[in-house]
Amino acid sequence: MLEIKNISKTFNPNSVNENKALKNVSLKLEDGDFVTVIGGNGAGKSTLLNAIAGTWLVDSGSIILDGEDVTRLAEFKRAKLLGRVFQDPMMGTAAKLQIQENLALANRRGQKRGLGWHISPEEIESFKETLRMLDLGLEDRMTAKVGLLSGGQRQALTLLMATLKQPKLLLLDEHTAALDPKTARKVLDLTVELVEKNHLTTFMVTHNMKDALNIGNRLIMMNEGSIILDVSGKEKEKLTINDLLELFNKTGELNDSMILS
Amino acid sequence: MLSFSALLRALPGNIAQGMIWGIMALGLYITYKILNFSDLTVDGSFSTGAAVTVMLIIAGCPAIVAVLIAFVAGCLAGLVTGFLHTVLKIAPILSGILTQIALYSINLHILGNKANQAINVNDYSLLLTLRNTKMAILVALIFAAVLIAILYWFFGTELGSAIRATGNNSQMAKAQGINIDKMKVIALSLSNGIVALSGGLLAQYQGFADVSVGRGAIVIGLAAIIIGSVIFEGKNKKEINFSILLGSAVIGGIIYYISIGIVLWLKLPTNDMKLFTAILVAVFLSVPNLSLGKKKEDKANAGN
Repeated sequence: MLEIKNISKTFNPNSVNENKALKNVSLKLEDGDFVTVIGGNGAGKSTLLNAIAGTWLVDSGSIILDGEDVTRLAEFKRAKLLGRVFQDPMMGTAAKLQIQENLALANRRGQKRGLGWHISPEEIESFKETLRMLDLGLEDRMTAKVGLLSGGQRQALTLLMATLKQPKLLLLDEHTAALDPKTARKVLDLTVELVEKNHLTTFMVTHNMKDALNIGNRLIMMNEGSIILDVSGKEKEKLTINDLLELFNKTGELNDSMILS
Repeated sequence: MLSFSALLRALPGNIAQGMIWGIMALGLYITYKILNFSDLTVDGSFSTGAAVTVMLIIAGCPAIVAVLIAFVAGCLAGLVTGFLHTVLKIAPILSGILTQIALYSINLHILGNKANQAINVNDYSLLLTLRNTKMAILVALIFAAVLIAILYWFFGTELGSAIRATGNNSQMAKAQGINIDKMKVIALSLSNGIVALSGGLLAQYQGFADVSVGRGAIVIGLAAIIIGSVIFEGKNKKEINFSILLGSAVIGGIIYYISIGIVLWLKLPTNDMKLFTAILVAVFLSVPNLSLGKKKEDKANAGN
């Protein structure tokens, strides 16, 4: 599904601020893998996610997504293969557009946008059904501007939009980190539900070690731009928070939010 | 001595001129409100529209065709700004300024290396003229109505919706596979096309094209948009139909010109007109920022 071969990325090369964010990272995700990615600040988790998403191009190496070499492909062109949810709940939706307009945009991800009307009556009906699943009452507010929703509601909507058109890979970038604990839990439950329902291959960056252990079939730990741990299946099930803490201690990259989570 | 009847006599002319600038505001609305791009190209493209229209009419082209060609010329100007911004990665404001400056020379060339060219309504068949203000109002009204209908439709299409998303949240737009550079170029072209078209209408109304007729166009356009939105949106947070929002920009243009008419009627020095306009726009721009109860909206619009 996803094959990353020896990718590297250095920000501000040849300057005092030089930052080798990714060092020869290789990773292969199988169809249906749900991988959680942890690591300290600056470990390269989000950088790896952004490399896959195409926020910028990598310096070396290659990225193959669903059999297609996307290494040099612009961000908006890769979007046809990817569903994305950002850390900032405001990032994934357009505030000035209606709920149904946002959904209609997501329903055309990767398609040519022409002079047809932006939404069809059939879509409105099916969006209503999909929104009902969220149990947030949004199905009755389809023409409300997204800016009127709360952060949690917007993140739930973003998740729905990211999975509306079956993505080859779902990218979640600490998507519950900015929400209060109760809302974060809800959004996470919804994530698991949507991933299972649509059999999605998922790459989830998180700060929360408990979530990283409880969710998904595979766990990756990063440190200083490299993958230092990659466990899956039974091996992952056996893994405990203490094991992870020990590893963190060894690398000396433990940060407060991880201890507290 | 101020005579009220003089003010009333000037009213139709003010309305006609206000509507023409209101059409210009429709073009500016696309970049300023929808694309969230402060496009200073318009000062140049407005003059381009006026110059192209006048020269074509002098060359024997029917007025309506001349105006449509002016629209295309404006689109090209927008295309240049779009190219500077998206391909050469120059900041929005600077891209617009560069095109605007370049257009000054180009407009002089279009005008046959003269600062202005006249078209007498007695010699040419024009769409509108200040000799017949009632007719001028009607013609401007038809143009405004047709443009509002087209824009209403366009921004309801998949493409138009993608442009709105680009202006509102470009990160979201990219994640949905939207080519935001392409959207910006399309919006800039369309916007400047409409601006040039209104320049063509004003040139006919006045009976001449001047190389600096568009100077300060952006401020007048902004004034129209802001006056319109203050009146129609105000504190009312209810959703307003897009066609009404567009119409409010045209009405804003009319109100602006009527207030200019009043300023002239009061015999205030006309040299201070631009100062007056700038102050007016600054006040209207700052009102929403200074009023209380704004914090909620800031939050809602974050990520723009």
